[in-house]
Amino acid sequence: MSTSRRDFLKTGGALVVGFTLVPRLAGAQPARLPGSLNGNRRLDAWIAIEPNGRVTIFTGKIELGQGIGTALSQIAADELDVELARIDVVHGDTACTPNEGQTAGSLSVEQSGTAVRFACAEARHILLSAAASKLGAPATELKVSDGTVAAPGGASVTYWDLASAADFKREASAKVTPKPASARKWVGKSVGRRDIPKKFTGGAAYVQDLRLPRMLFGRVVRPPSPGATLTAVDEGAVKRLPGVVAVVRDGNFLAVAAEREEQAIRARETLKRTAKWTETASLEPSGDALFRHLMSATAPAHTVVDKTSPIAATPAKTLEAVYTRPYQCHASLGPSCAVAQWQEGALTVWTHSQGVFPLRADLAKAFAIDAKRIRCIHAEGAGCYGHNGADDVALDAALLARAVDGRPVKVQWMRDDEFQWEPYGSAMVMKLAGGVDAQGHVVAWSHEVWSHPHSTRPGSSSGVSLLAARHLAGASPPPPPNDVPQPAGGSDRNAVPLYEFSSVKVVKHFIVDAPLRTSALRTLGGYANVFAAESFVDELAAAAGVDPVEFRLRHLKDPRARAVVEAAARRAGWQPRGGGGPRLRGPHAQGSGFAYSRYKNLACYCATAAEVEVERATGRVRVTRVVAAVDAGQIVNPDGVVNQIEGGVIQSASWTLKEAVGFDRTRVTTRSWADYPILRFDEVPDVEVVLLDQPNERFLGVGEGSQGPAVAAIANAIAHATGTRLRALPFTPERVKQALSAKG
Amino acid sequence: MATFTLNVNGAARQVTLEPDAPLLYVLRNDLELNGPKFGCGLAQCGACSVLVDGKEVRSCVTPVSAVAKSRITTIEGLGTLDKLHPLQRAFIEEQACQCGFCGSGMVMAAKALLDRNPAPTNHEIRQALNGHLCRCASHTRIVRAVQRAAKELRA
Ligand code: FES
Ligand code: FES
Repeated sequence: MSTSRRDFLKTGGALVVGFTLVPRLAGAQPARLPGSLNGNRRLDAWIAIEPNGRVTIFTGKIELGQGIGTALSQIAADELDVELARIDVVHGDTACTPNEGQTAGSLSVEQSGTAVRFACAEARHILLSAAASKLGAPATELKVSDGTVAAPGGASVTYWDLASAADFKREASAKVTPKPASARKWVGKSVGRRDIPKKFTGGAAYVQDLRLPRMLFGRVVRPPSPGATLTAVDEGAVKRLPGVVAVVRDGNFLAVAAEREEQAIRARETLKRTAKWTETASLEPSGDALFRHLMSATAPAHTVVDKTSPIAATPAKTLEAVYTRPYQCHASLGPSCAVAQWQEGALTVWTHSQGVFPLRADLAKAFAIDAKRIRCIHAEGAGCYGHNGADDVALDAALLARAVDGRPVKVQWMRDDEFQWEPYGSAMVMKLAGGVDAQGHVVAWSHEVWSHPHSTRPGSSSGVSLLAARHLAGASPPPPPNDVPQPAGGSDRNAVPLYEFSSVKVVKHFIVDAPLRTSALRTLGGYANVFAAESFVDELAAAAGVDPVEFRLRHLKDPRARAVVEAAARRAGWQPRGGGGPRLRGPHAQGSGFAYSRYKNLACYCATAAEVEVERATGRVRVTRVVAAVDAGQIVNPDGVVNQIEGGVIQSASWTLKEAVGFDRTRVTTRSWADYPILRFDEVPDVEVVLLDQPNERFLGVGEGSQGPAVAAIANAIAHATGTRLRALPFTPERVKQALSAKG
Repeated sequence: MATFTLNVNGAARQVTLEPDAPLLYVLRNDLELNGPKFGCGLAQCGACSVLVDGKEVRSCVTPVSAVAKSRITTIEGLGTLDKLHPLQRAFIEEQACQCGFCGSGMVMAAKALLDRNPAPTNHEIRQALNGHLCRCASHTRIVRAVQRAAKELRA
């Protein structure tokens, strides 16, 4: 690594960087390279061998507690033949890491892991050639052990000695074949995550823990509602409060910076109390009316798939059902936070954004400066599960920092800022229709979905997606939202069935005009679509009088899909049943449910079996046990995969049983954990994960794999326990009780 | 403004500030301790929990003046990377987190529990931690970690 590049890392200064990691070859279309190597083609963009015996891996993917840094170090250690402890990982820094866009979609191991694997294999090859000439022995006869290259005669040289001789300043060829599974030492092993020890010993692990000399503390004063306009505020009075250094008022953007954090909070409270706003009723109707509103919105029907077959048998039985999902929150435990500093017209931002390059692009537009004058450096935040306020708070901090003469400002959102202003997972309606023939085969299937956008992240070609940009006097309009195209899909993610149904139609209504801001929440539309589709599969199975597991297997050809279904059923001790099946009565109805999906129809395969208890008198649902069987292709860190799947199951149970954003026609009423309860310790199920490792297959993303199957298995288990089908999320006690009594 | 001499992790630390300043900001900003975290500022999540005279306290709603005469312990006071407390070791060995933002509060609540009940059942652990939120849903690992630490502390 060049000295200047290493110095960036050490000092974290606002350096203006003029080099690009992506050399553009004039004219010629370069050969496609694997994973993110394709967009970041230089070897030295990914790896540096340091003379001091360390190896640095650079990745554009950021750590958010999913363990990507550890997984990448395992891959690198294997390809290079070095010990894990020698490897440092630098995540997302616009001055010195590859640009890999967003850390999203469960793609980090697929994209970054693949790139690191090929880059390291090639780096090893280059190092071996250098060693060969130094040792006077053919490269094929050299052995490497923890970076020491030995010739048959015993002479040796280390990677660290070769650091200057080995030239990584070249385009990767991806021609060096990575090691076969059998030769790997680290990949496939549960190694402890490198980010964890400091988190339990008070180390500086998060952007919240960053302290810079002369740093100020900032808070924002958001409008009371999305349609509000600031009409009056006594800035002078607030400026006189102890410790207050600056009050920034620009259009509807209001913020304060102070010497001490509690002073900033106090000033914010005063501003909140005294600022005058006019509000308008700009929001959608809430409750059931919301879903009628979505279904009547003027959004063109877009046919996603139309494989309706004229020769499909006429169904013996047909069904139709409508499922709904409310707006839901990321609700990170730690509200969004960023530190920003301006020096000589250049901006440095420390951020837990999932994509430092797209954030930089939006900041450049917001301040109308060259992106080269902005450096965004990743530092971890609290778990985020998608596009939350991380990017927005970066602009807040930059706006405040601009007003305080070169001093860095740390802005931390308060809890109500986060609940009221993070982009939500969209409310959705799914209308399913289908039929089975006399033999119990699905011969008609239609899935229609209504949804607001699921991806309004920064980095769009026009507009600024950052929250404050819409509040400033010279407001930049948010970019026109696009849906994520199939096959991954956005609003229609996982809406296309992977079952062998003889006739399939999928239609989406993409409702762009969203008064509440919506964006990517773990799985995008996948959670709701799998909830609906896998509930409906059970409804059809019941209509056909076939056991739900048997019914799924009957329609699944892919052997890997069948394998996870069979593995989950086996571990769960699944009792085959016909139709609605037997249910235990009494004060607690017990039931079990099953579901399957392949996330995005492209990533990991996951089947789940859930057991629930429903207290009939209160409608309280307890999920007692969930089994998940997963095929994530080649597994880098088994415990890491289990951790993701377990977390996904429990988080999904929380969304499913408890969570909905509250609002009236004017304001969001969800402000604190009291308004937005999540699953607690006494409510979490036991989770068992079965991994089906495929060491010779490619990586399949796993971070979002269990969210969809978990909700559907729970819904199916409640139906099994009570004989009542719940189609509106979340399954709160009131709702369950109402459904049970409606049935009588 | 007033000057307080706080007893934090066994050391006397002097701070000058408004008496009603919440302890959380004093620990994080004046004493530069990273363990206690801001999660809600409303005593709802437990991310900011520390021990005051051995009892779990939400530092986000505790004025510094209220603890001026007490023993305050944060996760930094339990052990260090080189000399881990059994609870820290257990959380690391069980990989009991995703983001870990809830972790310091969980460890401190678990410390208070194990001090009064060295052999808790899983049910008792869940009850003791029920006021602590974990959004990444690492609950089952956290319970396992507390059990592991309890076992080590009893040995
Ligand atoms: S920050 Fe104190 S309880 Fe949440
Ligand atoms: S591990 Fe992220 S909140 Fe608990």
